[in-house]
Amino acid sequence: MKIGVFVCECGENIGRTVDCKKVAEIASHYPGVAYSVDYKYMCSDPGQNLIKKAIEDYKLDAVVVGSCSPHMHEKTFRKVCSSMGINPYLVEIANLREHCSWIHDNIAEATDKAADLIRLLVEKVKYNEPLFPIHVPVTKQALVIGGGISGIQAALDIANAGFKVVMVEKEPSIGGHMSQLSETFPTLDCSQCILTPRMVEVYQHPNIKLLTYSEIENVEGFIGNFKVTIRKKARSIKEDLCNGCGMCIQKCPNKKTAKSDFDEGLTTRTAIYVPFPQAVPNIPVIDRTVCTYYKNGKCKICVKVCGRDAIDFEQEDTILTEEIGAIIVATGYKLYTIDKKPADSPIQGYGEYGYGQYKDVISGLQFERIASASGPTAGEMKRPSDGKEPKKIVFIQCVGSRDESKGFSYCSKICCMYTAKHAMLYKHKVHDGEAYVFYMDIRAGGKNYDEFVRRAIEEDGVNYIRGRVSRIYEENGKYIVKGEDTLAGLPVQIDADMVVLATAMVAQPESPKLAQILSIPYDKYGFLAELHPKLHPIETSTGGIFLAGSANSPKDIPECVAMASAAAAKTLVLFGSDMLEREPIVAKVDESTCIGCLYCKKVCPYNAIEIKEIRNRNGELIKTVAYVNTGLCQGCGTCNATCPSKSVQLLGFRDDQIFAQLCAFADTI
Amino acid sequence: MKTAYFPGCSMAGTSREFSSSLKEVLALLNIELNEIDDWSCCGASSAHVTSHLLATALPARNLNLASQQGYDEIFAPCAACYSRLLMVSREVNNNKKMAAKVEDVLGEKLLPTPNVVNLLEYFTQIDKEKLAQLKKIDLSGLNVACYYGCLLVRPNGINELDDSEQPASMEALVSITGAKPVDWNFKTECCGAAHSIPHTNIVEILSKKIIDDAVAHKADIIVVGCPMCHSNLDMRQRKIKKDYPDTKETPILYLTELLGLSFGIDYNKLGLNLHYIDPIKLIEKRLEKEAVK
Repeated sequence: MKIGVFVCECGENIGRTVDCKKVAEIASHYPGVAYSVDYKYMCSDPGQNLIKKAIEDYKLDAVVVGSCSPHMHEKTFRKVCSSMGINPYLVEIANLREHCSWIHDNIAEATDKAADLIRLLVEKVKYNEPLFPIHVPVTKQALVIGGGISGIQAALDIANAGFKVVMVEKEPSIGGHMSQLSETFPTLDCSQCILTPRMVEVYQHPNIKLLTYSEIENVEGFIGNFKVTIRKKARSIKEDLCNGCGMCIQKCPNKKTAKSDFDEGLTTRTAIYVPFPQAVPNIPVIDRTVCTYYKNGKCKICVKVCGRDAIDFEQEDTILTEEIGAIIVATGYKLYTIDKKPADSPIQGYGEYGYGQYKDVISGLQFERIASASGPTAGEMKRPSDGKEPKKIVFIQCVGSRDESKGFSYCSKICCMYTAKHAMLYKHKVHDGEAYVFYMDIRAGGKNYDEFVRRAIEEDGVNYIRGRVSRIYEENGKYIVKGEDTLAGLPVQIDADMVVLATAMVAQPESPKLAQILSIPYDKYGFLAELHPKLHPIETSTGGIFLAGSANSPKDIPECVAMASAAAAKTLVLFGSDMLEREPIVAKVDESTCIGCLYCKKVCPYNAIEIKEIRNRNGELIKTVAYVNTGLCQGCGTCNATCPSKSVQLLGFRDDQIFAQLCAFADTI
Repeated sequence: MKTAYFPGCSMAGTSREFSSSLKEVLALLNIELNEIDDWSCCGASSAHVTSHLLATALPARNLNLASQQGYDEIFAPCAACYSRLLMVSREVNNNKKMAAKVEDVLGEKLLPTPNVVNLLEYFTQIDKEKLAQLKKIDLSGLNVACYYGCLLVRPNGINELDDSEQPASMEALVSITGAKPVDWNFKTECCGAAHSIPHTNIVEILSKKIIDDAVAHKADIIVVGCPMCHSNLDMRQRKIKKDYPDTKETPILYLTELLGLSFGIDYNKLGLNLHYIDPIKLIEKRLEKEAVK
């Protein structure tokens, strides 16, 4: 084998600490090296030509480049060699910049190390074999999990590009948290007015199949070829017959059996219900836990009043399967309920604020409902306990957020803005009212955001107090809010009529379970993890699965929409070609030595190992072995390390290649 | 589980009624308390503002004595003793440097620390049925404000018994007697604690707030589990009343006294005669009223 070594100076980046000329000279003596040279910018056009010419002149069949990280230019150099007929997987990159020159300052030692790094790869490349990209077909139908603003945006973008979308929403209606909001910052436009047309668009779009009141049961397969099992929960209504007249809801005798989730528990709802009047689809659902019929077999009033025989008490869950090419996870967030310490939560709770104990201490979403024209008070400022107009209102920010001792260490990001909005909405409705905001910092980064907060303070006269609240208690119908003004250095006490807590955004409780079904990582809070925080914020570590919205981390509406469109764009990139090309760095099983213990199957984080049966001509089973699904395999090598008989090998990083490197390394010390 | 008893200085002095009522109640349950042999001061109040090492070494000595004597749990009814023992057991377990210093000061090796329990934890561990069976007198008609103070359900995250801001474990025990725990605001507010001596006026202000809030929520008595709280609320109450005449006289009982009352133990045996604010008159009045009903 004739190996060429090309040492790049990377301007001064490598050349400053590594004597590249000397490295090239040392490398020229390594066994197998036919040509060795250094150059100032190997990635530049003249540098690339230098490689091409050497390949031709010296009839090289493998190349080692000493340069920056392979993340940066591995593709570049592989392409150069490939154009000269060398298989790209016979090209190795020694990282002389991040792993050597940038982290050392002794020139002699750094030069030695650079030469050693190249030596290791020269030994490895001798064992490299040509590898060829894997091609897999693409199913051009996307799955969007979650029907909030993020899911809606992503689904519409993909559908409008002409591809099919299946949208799965676990609630009876799409719309998500945005449908609960009154007005939105920083423009104060009505949330429902901008959202509901988009909800209807989803419902009516010929390319979108909408499955509400449904959940993801199982996901198999790989990028371009997922097989998704969906559980469509029994609505107890025949969807094709119901015309949404609402008669059943009007006549349901169970008026107050359940709290309305949509109104955040401020109102009650009937046993047969739609979450809110603008729900999409406008088809009710029967809550079997409270419906009289399911309790004692009597009632059936809804059956009597339904003119279309749409009620079906016997309806069962149905299981659907869909062939899917790409998945967008847009499952959103939940608001942390600051009750007493929740039983299964690591969070201590905020008993000192009396949430759940005092009716007029409410959460941000509850305030949204009170402020909303479609809410329980039709948008009038009335407090929950006695319906009186609160003349003094206190908003407390960072309840649960940025609190290492009692809550979460992260910032929920949207609370500074929505609290300013709340205080403004309050002042617009109660002109003689006083609004106080307790804050730690005001984080108003975003277009027109800081201006918005200033407007609340300067134009609407909201009193901002920098400090925390230690306790809230009731005294003679007032809520005594005790806190600290850290700018004045004084304790403050406000006798408020109502208190609004800006509680932390938390991950959906089912989020880790869904992540496990999808084989994607999640962080310690349950938020789904992106592949890279800067360069791959949409992708997950599983190919073909993308993230959108606050399922990933707390986000406001514009960010969710932007991320959703980005996820749609990533999906469309995937759908742009009929076949997918994947790197051939995957595991391979030697079926002659595999004993079928399937330890590899247990450790594989991507569910890429399958069981293969080997049969003789008569169809009798001879043995079972492990089989790697190359579409799923991400090339992590865990199976390779686990296999007791060394039958699974990661192509490109086989044991003999690693040993060759280790032996060369042993030589250097 | 072998449990040691750490009385601390209060149980033998200012809060004798706590000690006697505890012993009387436990006697009915056939439980005998085994005092740690040669126990010493826990260092509460003064040591930890003087020297951190002293404040750590004093409880560490008692923890180690208990371990040496074969106990795996310490019951410290005084909330301050409990807090010091608990915090130090955590510190020597988590801070190797400090543990080495303490070993040096004490001149002995530290054994694995025993589990530390307070009054609420100790009684919550006892079978509720057993306690209910002992009830002879139903105390319904008596409204009780359960006052936890700052130490019984803290520190947050270390004491796992209850919610540190809205606790409910004392209410559960009080309910056994038939008395009605009231819903009130200041279960865990500060009583002024050790300011009792240098800044009595602060204690007066803070303790008055607690008494007033309990009264506003219709409590007849306040039940406590801490000698410090008791002395601030009971002993200082006359002075509070003198300075703030609108204060309504409110007897302060230890949880064990209330349990003992319901179990039919004699007033004097429980130590009810030792209080500054006489609880006996009020309790008899309430019980009579209930009997008439």
